[in-house]
Amino acid sequence: MPQPRTLFDKIWQSHLVDIQDDGTCLLYIDRHLVHEVTSPQAFEGLRTAGRGVRRPEATLAVADHNVPTTDRALEIEDEESRIQIETLADNCEAFGIQFFPMSDIRQGIVHIIGPEQGFTLPGMAVVCGDSHTSTHGAFGALAFGIGTSEVEHVLATQTLMQKPAKNMRVLVEGDLAVGITAKDLVLAIIGKIGTAGGTGHVIEYAGNAIRALGMEGRMTVCNMSIEAGARAGLIAPDETTFNFLAGRPLAPKGDDWDKAVAYWRTLPSDEGARYDREITLDVAAIPPQITWGTSPEDVVPITGRVPDPADAADENKRQAMKRALHYMGLEAGTPMQDIRIDRVFIGSCTNGRIEDLRDAAAIVRGRRVADHVGAMVVPGSGLIKLEAEREGLDQVFREAGFEWREPGCSMCLAMNADRLQPGERCASTSNRNFEGRQGRGGRTHLMSPAMAAAAAVEGRFADVREFL
Amino acid sequence: MEPFTTLTGVAAPLAMINIDTDMIIPKQFLKTIKRSGLGSGLFYELRYHENGSEIADFVLHRPSYKNAKILITGDNFGCGSSREHAPWALLDFGIRCIIAPSFADIFFNNCFKNGILPIVLPQTEIDGLVAAAENGANATFTVDLEAQVITTPDGGQVAFEVDPFRKHCLLNGLDDIGLTMEKASAIDAFESRQQTDQPWLYRQQDQPE
Ligand code: SF4
Repeated sequence: MPQPRTLFDKIWQSHLVDIQDDGTCLLYIDRHLVHEVTSPQAFEGLRTAGRGVRRPEATLAVADHNVPTTDRALEIEDEESRIQIETLADNCEAFGIQFFPMSDIRQGIVHIIGPEQGFTLPGMAVVCGDSHTSTHGAFGALAFGIGTSEVEHVLATQTLMQKPAKNMRVLVEGDLAVGITAKDLVLAIIGKIGTAGGTGHVIEYAGNAIRALGMEGRMTVCNMSIEAGARAGLIAPDETTFNFLAGRPLAPKGDDWDKAVAYWRTLPSDEGARYDREITLDVAAIPPQITWGTSPEDVVPITGRVPDPADAADENKRQAMKRALHYMGLEAGTPMQDIRIDRVFIGSCTNGRIEDLRDAAAIVRGRRVADHVGAMVVPGSGLIKLEAEREGLDQVFREAGFEWREPGCSMCLAMNADRLQPGERCASTSNRNFEGRQGRGGRTHLMSPAMAAAAAVEGRFADVREFL
Repeated sequence: MEPFTTLTGVAAPLAMINIDTDMIIPKQFLKTIKRSGLGSGLFYELRYHENGSEIADFVLHRPSYKNAKILITGDNFGCGSSREHAPWALLDFGIRCIIAPSFADIFFNNCFKNGILPIVLPQTEIDGLVAAAENGANATFTVDLEAQVITTPDGGQVAFEVDPFRKHCLLNGLDDIGLTMEKASAIDAFESRQQTDQPWLYRQQDQPE
């Protein structure tokens, strides 16, 4: 009997090109995504060294971090942003890499367009110069973020030097209650294991709560693996995965499709496979989750209160909590539902997909955004925007007082013009609530799209279950 | 990559812990398309007031340290994101060696990829080096990678450890890509095997509509 292997073991072993004496592996990379911020110096490096791109068709490029989300017909005002985007276009042209320009309906956030095009497939090794590459793990692909030197390394050699990660399984059981989404589930996981909980590991999410999720929800969960400190997140491919992929532009067709599916069915972890760490979570009873502080592990239920540093486990934690409360402008003990907000951001690679927009629109329909709140929806890609408009969701949002924007990263990281003013408080569907993430002095609270929509209507944090 | 053999220069003491990549190079500098030029943004918020004027007593602004080539600092240097702009900014400023009790993982690896030598020493040794570095412009240190020895201004010697493979690459200016390219035949073999087993990974699909 061969030794039972995990999903991670199988993908890792099937991509080994070489192993050095010190254990460093040369790993083959099937697919590479590129965006404008972390790639210019990699192309510059290739040029300086007189090197080419080994397999241009294995790389797909798009500009997303810096792009304006307002009228695309206008020039980009910020000169540095404009140059960075033009540089990507020029580099792709010069090296023969497919690039979706801003004018292309397929343009969008790099981690949204990969799956949307069928570029990401089960069993692959996928990389991108961006930490949220973990999103693609939802398809049962080993997907992780890399630095710029590594981007250059992949372009030149289609491989990476890596040391193997450890296996961790997070078993999520129980049926989610009505109004509770994948975002609540992953926030609950991070709240439980902490931002260092997955360090050095690849997390495989399993259990009936994961199986019950659609691909959009699975991507939300894998996306935030990085916030749990993990190198990557993984979910075994199944019928849900195959149904999502069938017919996508870059997915295999005909005979190839049948062969591919037969192979993908061999990928799930074997019975009895060993994990270095295992965690079990029952999500049947969880209420909607929301963050209060400046780390994604600062999670409370919407029915809860801002925690008190006096209750901290140790002195370091107490100091960190005090700092976070000060930055967030919050008092310990305040009920979360009493906290007023200024802004709402629905979008990002965590929650900018069509299901997310449907969830939010369902709450907003026939209601109005509170007068003092500025709210915006930024679809994750041009195709998502188009589909939402076909379903009339843009009308629902507009009539309620939301701004309906063009696709991009936008206020997830505030590298373009969309950002919070100092002291502004935002209900956000993104993934990071670090100090200054959405603009200097901005205060970010992470939650699901439905919760963000409910907050927009109430003008303060609200329990989405009361809207159903 | 420029080989690293022996480095002689002034060492700047920056005795803070947990200096993260955002402090090393804040996100407004990530819009560049070059590796060079980031030195002006290095430690931006520690170096400049909000109105853009210099914080005169920040160590790298003091006349004796303006040309520092070595940085001596505290625990967990380089924590935060994987942005390689952090080592690029240090390099652009002229710093090629960083000495600390510990480093963040990714930053540590990124240093070697960019020809910077990060040296880990116990806090007690660091304290001695900081004291010597406080002497300013006359405090010239020499870092000899081949011999794995730091020579302090008064002629004292401190030995350090370095991974043999990393050392070999630094001494010879070898970059990872060059090393991997030597394995081209193994990559070729992998690709032809994979193409047989999983042909769908190699088909040029129709242009997506
Ligand atoms: S949406 Fe946010 S997290 Fe996702 S790729 Fe863009 S900046 Fe990164």
